[in-house]
Amino acid sequence: MNIETASLEREFHRLSRRLHPDRFARATPEEQQWSLANTALLNDAYRTLRDPIQRTEYLLRLEGLKIGEEHAGKGKSADRQPPADLLEEVFELNMQLEEMRMNQKMGERDPALQADLTAARARFEGLLAAVDGDLSSKGAEWDAGDSAIRDQAAKAMATLLDRRRYLRNLVRDVNEVLTTAAA
Amino acid sequence: MPEERIVGIDLGTTNSLVAYMEGSQPVVIPGVDGSNLVPSIVALDIVDPNAESSARPTVTVGNSARRALIENPERAVYSVKRLMGRGLEDIQDELKLFPFQLADDIQPGEVLRIRLGDKHFTPSEISAYILRQLKRNAERYFGAPVTKAVITVPAYFNDAQRQATRDAGRMAGLDVLRLVNEPTAAALAYGLDRAKEGIIAVYDLGGGTFDISILKLNDGIFEVIATNGDTHLGGDDIDNLLLAVALDEIRNEHNVDLRQQPDAIQALRKAVIEAKIRLSTEPVAKLDIELPSNGGPDGDRYQREIPREVYEQLIQPVLARTAGPCRQAMADAGITPDQIEELVLVGGSTRIPAVRTLVDEIFQLSVRGKKPHTELNPDEVVALGAAVQASILAGSSTTTDELLLLDVTPLSLGIEALGGVVARIIQRNSTIPASATEHFTTGVDGQTNVAIHVLQGERELASDCRSLARFDLKGIPPMTAGLPRIEVKFLIDANGILQVTAREQRSGLEAQIEVKPTYGLTDEQVETMILDSFDHAETDFEARQLIEARLDADTILAAVEKAPASPAWKLLGEDEKANIEAVRLQLTAIKTSDNLQAIRAATTDLDHATRNFAEKMMEAAVSGAMRGKTMQTASDDLGEAVNAPHPFAPAEFK
Repeated sequence: MNIETASLEREFHRLSRRLHPDRFARATPEEQQWSLANTALLNDAYRTLRDPIQRTEYLLRLEGLKIGEEHAGKGKSADRQPPADLLEEVFELNMQLEEMRMNQKMGERDPALQADLTAARARFEGLLAAVDGDLSSKGAEWDAGDSAIRDQAAKAMATLLDRRRYLRNLVRDVNEVLTTAAA
Repeated sequence: MPEERIVGIDLGTTNSLVAYMEGSQPVVIPGVDGSNLVPSIVALDIVDPNAESSARPTVTVGNSARRALIENPERAVYSVKRLMGRGLEDIQDELKLFPFQLADDIQPGEVLRIRLGDKHFTPSEISAYILRQLKRNAERYFGAPVTKAVITVPAYFNDAQRQATRDAGRMAGLDVLRLVNEPTAAALAYGLDRAKEGIIAVYDLGGGTFDISILKLNDGIFEVIATNGDTHLGGDDIDNLLLAVALDEIRNEHNVDLRQQPDAIQALRKAVIEAKIRLSTEPVAKLDIELPSNGGPDGDRYQREIPREVYEQLIQPVLARTAGPCRQAMADAGITPDQIEELVLVGGSTRIPAVRTLVDEIFQLSVRGKKPHTELNPDEVVALGAAVQASILAGSSTTTDELLLLDVTPLSLGIEALGGVVARIIQRNSTIPASATEHFTTGVDGQTNVAIHVLQGERELASDCRSLARFDLKGIPPMTAGLPRIEVKFLIDANGILQVTAREQRSGLEAQIEVKPTYGLTDEQVETMILDSFDHAETDFEARQLIEARLDADTILAAVEKAPASPAWKLLGEDEKANIEAVRLQLTAIKTSDNLQAIRAATTDLDHATRNFAEKMMEAAVSGAMRGKTMQTASDDLGEAVNAPHPFAPAEFK
């Protein structure tokens, strides 16, 4: 789960030099097509492995775990359940967001509400950072552990990823409302 | 025999250039006039009114077209790059500011057509004329044909704009080996002679487009990490601003409205551009223009001093529009200004001191004791970089052997999902080539088509993004709704252009894809616009007709030469025979000439002269058959021509 990004980059550059279409400009159309397909694969792989979250999601999927899909096209409403410990807070936040949107529609300003939301954003961003930290340490457990520990860590990370996704959407919603307020 | 040279071309909004790699150094190839820059102006020549109406239009490009811009503005066009890959509804703002004359009957969703005189041209065709001029300049310089090129495009060009550029190359008879992003090309030109490491930014403000690219240099690898920009922001906008101010002042102070006078506007535009250029080096510029006598007193002049402070205040809103993309690119790259080691300035508009001040501020240069790179001519650096990329592709130079460019796609790629929302499948700033695979199914039993709407852009709703194309997956085997599983692979190639393939997985059938580019030309349309075939269409057609006429003449001559052997020949009078012989000799003599009309006339004459003989021969054949001969033997007697009702019937001339 944790990798040395510098060596990942070196490997990416080494393979790029070998596969990139620029190296096949004078080759046959078949070879060019091969270069194109393989460079695309290489780039997609590098993009996935470079980003810690995408990398974790990818590796866990390889382990057979179901990780929520991010696509709008694929059941966006599927994992909308807030994590149990945040239920109350999220309920309150959603009320505030709704109120803020109403205010904006009416052209009214409520500085106290705006301050509340700004505070909530900071709090949820903090939770997000905490999740990232937990993910990283679970990843370390996974890297070092035997298969039983791996199994446990993988399940924990899958839960953390769900939580992270939820928090991120929440922060995004708050940001949207606050950006509108600032405009 | 050395391998054919691959040239690098900067197809600019204002100027275009062609360059190539001479040994280890890229150099710009000058035109006949000795100038490195070919102004991106195309003018349709005035055709001699006595000439045949079908005569092909001749076109002037570059400096020599500049005069037409003022003398015959309705036959000339500039800044056509602004129209590449765009639709009618995209360019309403441009139309207010630029004297583009469009065909009257363009429908929304159609490729634009520009009117020059009484002819119409797509933006790609206009660009193709510029490219062909550059191709000719290179061919004259090398004394050898040039058919392969690398062409630069603004990094922020979308798929349609890139396709339109590639189409233009094809029309000009160029095999476009690669489209390279302009700022990346500039980085290549700068990075050539130093083994640089670290993060650099390229700020490229040209005539009509703005790009910002952030790259990571590492051991010869130029890896773009983020790019942003505005494809409709550049020096043109400054010109338009100055022009609008001048037009207002002339109307208010001199009571002359020049807005309806294209030639006067062009003259004024030329004057404000010169003032703009002077203001880059001088504290004040003067405008002094003689106004047309109509409407005002004769010899009236518009005289105006523009101090630099006033000018800078005026253009500040235009320049400020570059700041947002710069900040976004840094955010996307995950860097702060202090991490940028070096900054490269590209494009003629970066000569403006106010631009340099703004750049210094955005990237915190002088506070860090840094200066932007301007050593290479900002007008030429992109073409030089294109030549470097051409050399990388050719693999012909040890200087460029170790260099590799890894560029990104500037815009996210998405597909329209339920409710008009965009599902993003390839994020912006993904290294290209990049791919994504999506699965689709049917919604109705027995459905054999699935439509996919592909979009480019960063907005949530499909209606706010740029429609790229509608793909129609066809030939899906009829199945229960939801059962087919169609795998569609989207691939953005190294040119930043989308390719799509699809497969129905349950049946294993390769689904057919019909692509309807939203603002693009089909392959067939491009074929018909290829300039070389346009150039040669007239002569090709004549050559073909000549060949056909000679074949017709040969056929009838061969038949006539066999005639004396026929029994029917004896039935002809001496005069008739002499006449046939005379006409035969005439056709034989004229057949080898290039005179199409004469060959046809002589062929017709011989046909007429032998009509009586042909009828008699038919009668003989028929009576021969009556005497027990078969048609087969009769035909043997007569030669091969008997099967036709009239053996000498000429081929029909179409």
